[in-house]
Amino acid sequence: MTDREPGQPRLAVIGAGPAGLAAAIAAAARGVRVTLLDSAAEAGGQFYRQPAAELRARRPQALHHEWRTWERLRDGLDAHVRAGAVRHLTDHHVWLVERRADGRFTVHALLGPEQEDPAEVCADAVLLATGGYEKVLPFPGWTLPGVITAGGAQAMLKGTLATAGRRAVVAGTGPLLLPVATGLASAGVEVAALVESAGPRAFAGRARALAAQPGKVAEGARYGARLLRHRVRLLARHTVVEAHGADRLEAVTVAALDGAGRVRPGTGRRIPCDTLAVGHGMLPHTDLAETLGCRLDGHAVHVDDEQRTDVPGVWAAGEATGIGGAALSLAEGHIAGRSAAARLRGARPEPAEWAAAARTRTRLRAFFAALDSVYAPPAHWAEQVTDDTVVCRCEEVTGGAIRAAVAELGAGDARTVKLLTRAGMGWCQGRVCGPGVAGLAGCELTPSRRPFARPVPLGVLAAAGEDD
Amino acid sequence: MRTPRELADAHPGPAFTVTLDGREIEALPGQTVAAALWAAGVTSWRTTRGEGRPRGVFCGIGVCFDCLITVNDRANQRACLVPLHAGDDIRTQEGTGHDDRP
Amino acid sequence: MNVGLTCDVVVVGAGMVGAACALYAARAGLDVILVDRGPVAGGTTGAGEGNLLVSDKEPGPELDLALLSGRLWGELAREFGAAIEYEAKGGVVVASSPGGLAALERFAEGQRAAGVVAEPVAGDTLYDLEPHLAPGLPGGVHYPQDRQVMPALAAAHLTRASGARLLTGRTVTAVLRTRDGAVRGVRTDRGDIHAPAIVNAAGTWGGELAALAGAHLPVLPRRGFVLVTEPLPPRKVRHKVYAADYVADVASDSAALQTSPVVEGTAAGPILIGASRERVGFDRTFSLPVVRALAAGATRLFPFLTDVRAMRSYLGFRPYMPDHLPAIGPDPRVPGLHHACGHEGAGIGLATGTGHLIAQALTAPGKTPDLDLTPFRPDRFTEEAA
Repeated sequence: MTDREPGQPRLAVIGAGPAGLAAAIAAAARGVRVTLLDSAAEAGGQFYRQPAAELRARRPQALHHEWRTWERLRDGLDAHVRAGAVRHLTDHHVWLVERRADGRFTVHALLGPEQEDPAEVCADAVLLATGGYEKVLPFPGWTLPGVITAGGAQAMLKGTLATAGRRAVVAGTGPLLLPVATGLASAGVEVAALVESAGPRAFAGRARALAAQPGKVAEGARYGARLLRHRVRLLARHTVVEAHGADRLEAVTVAALDGAGRVRPGTGRRIPCDTLAVGHGMLPHTDLAETLGCRLDGHAVHVDDEQRTDVPGVWAAGEATGIGGAALSLAEGHIAGRSAAARLRGARPEPAEWAAAARTRTRLRAFFAALDSVYAPPAHWAEQVTDDTVVCRCEEVTGGAIRAAVAELGAGDARTVKLLTRAGMGWCQGRVCGPGVAGLAGCELTPSRRPFARPVPLGVLAAAGEDD
Repeated sequence: MRTPRELADAHPGPAFTVTLDGREIEALPGQTVAAALWAAGVTSWRTTRGEGRPRGVFCGIGVCFDCLITVNDRANQRACLVPLHAGDDIRTQEGTGHDDRP
Repeated sequence: MNVGLTCDVVVVGAGMVGAACALYAARAGLDVILVDRGPVAGGTTGAGEGNLLVSDKEPGPELDLALLSGRLWGELAREFGAAIEYEAKGGVVVASSPGGLAALERFAEGQRAAGVVAEPVAGDTLYDLEPHLAPGLPGGVHYPQDRQVMPALAAAHLTRASGARLLTGRTVTAVLRTRDGAVRGVRTDRGDIHAPAIVNAAGTWGGELAALAGAHLPVLPRRGFVLVTEPLPPRKVRHKVYAADYVADVASDSAALQTSPVVEGTAAGPILIGASRERVGFDRTFSLPVVRALAAGATRLFPFLTDVRAMRSYLGFRPYMPDHLPAIGPDPRVPGLHHACGHEGAGIGLATGTGHLIAQALTAPGKTPDLDLTPFRPDRFTEEAA
């Protein structure tokens, strides 16, 4: 399985979203042999997720924007694959990147959706473009079938042309909600309301940073127009306080928020719906980086100007290094790919060559930092979580159990809460409940150590890397 | 009113049948288990091991493991990731997904 | 400046041993403050499996302490029971060859003479106890006195029940002493705590605390990884099951990696797989070779585990002492200083006996304790020997 023929250096790029694609193309164009590993059947990641080929969609662009950028990436990848410079391994779920004693790397993956059989890829360097996933804070009823993440609603629509129901509410906070609402509406779902906890005034306060992004303002205006066209009611500075239903979602109660981020008493109203698409922002996937020993800044992988992590031979780009959207991911991926290519060939990179990408990166990082302070969950969201609300969905740990661990057993940090309640010990390893548990316990959300980025069969683990 | 398939102008191949707990349902080439179940009006397909509560799709991208289901005797597959093939045997599951196995 | 606190005894370290010391000292009538630089169960306790074993101990002082501790755990189980996930499930030690079985049976013979219940299990009966074991194993020994708790829950609940004042997030920076050298309290980064007695329950970091009092105590870290599987139905693995070579690994002095599979189910559903031992300092780097060896050993014992998914692994640092015995009791070099650390991988199991003996030493220093503390003397190591 190990391929170490001499010649061109090998770079493993993990993730075929915008960052990974830009990186793979940039590195392959500069004499590096790239292995691009991705869990999906098609390149694109979450942002450019494509309908399954067998669905034979003639107009996939109807589900997307920035289609031309996608076409460029797709064609660039295809050309490099045809030329033999890039090997694109689809359906590869990477569970561990191992840094070996000789300084090279073994990428350990599981094949196909079943994730039972292993594959290993050997490389001189790795570039982590692992993307992000959605943050969702708990509220009563959020475990009811019919409540899905906003990103999940979009992924099901883009990837399989599927919608869950006929009448949806889109709620939470963040720039993802607008495209999700308009996407569902244009696919025939009645969107009863878009419930955004941020208020219009928060945007006004950040007007300058936001206005520095003319493209983004135009994008917002486009979405605004589409909302109008589909008659989607926008409820700013509102929140979902409860999802109702016996065995599936039947309605939600939404309420207005006051200036301090508390629910205004008496403002609750019930909206019948069979789907609630909810999200509160994004978190980076950092498991592979963390296990390699890469330094994190808060929740994101720390990188230098060349997108290098502090572990030799490991680059990172895109959402893994901080949430900032597809355009920022493209710029970071491009820089990372060029830097890796130069360094793998023993040359010093010339940052002047990627000056345009670096300027884009600076501008977009500032923009998303500004957005981050605009889009925030209601400051007092945790007050809405009742003691019988399940907070850890996998292990069914309630809000009451978490509060008791803090008040009665002395847990003051996320790890101790986990040890004493099992919150975060289940199948998802706390990826979903982490922010909710930390908020309820009144402590910082700290990145968890997850040595396995995905569950791995013990039989596979028992034989992993044995040939070395 | 239009459907997502009309929006994307999709023309998948002919539908095939799979079974959900022995009951036949239709699926299209390219659909995941979750998409086919949604299309059949099914939104939950497992119950939790603590309280026995129903669950279905939540994150839709393989992160949350809420949509676990048994496909062709393999327990705990993620319905949002697994594509369907003609004749697949899908089973709802309870608890750990291994509970009915000795 | 914080106002100083005062109490009868300061227990340093809010892990399992510190919690047990706090509980028994408080129940003996002492006013206790429990202080830790981190949270409850934040060190080795939070990274342990919760083994309460007699099976892996040869006759001698550690086994005597384990038997005493087992009786005390039985009493605590009546009080705490399900809250600490106590299970008197018993252990099964499995031999992989006829020669190994003969050696195991000789080992068990000696344990029986020391008061351990150790029942030889011939080939077929082995599968009545553990139906999913690999076929063709010659036999083993069943130890009904082996039990299990969830260590972090046990530490937290014992701490709460003790009524001790719990001060987490406070680092002890100095041991305060009188002019004639006796202990009079500790200095922390958030104020002084005055007390005529200190219990060093700092586990793997016990050597550092001892050094603050000017006493030499060679506690070294011995790293261990644990693998955790997806949740499974109850009773797939019914006992604590391990291979006979585990006993040799525990007793080994080697710094090199040793792994012998220890497999057990939990009340919560996942199966835990230990146990690796290596002396690599406080290195927290994930090690695929170690975890791979654990997985290989576990799947050899229980072939059905091959298809079961590992969800995570974690690591901890056992407090290892050169002669594999803990330091328990008053330190003759520093009046008022008591040690309760260095239990290596057995600290959860030995915590109750340790706490009980420490409480006896604190409240009735002249009386003969329930167990002879001589083998556990904290000053038994010379600086050169370490």
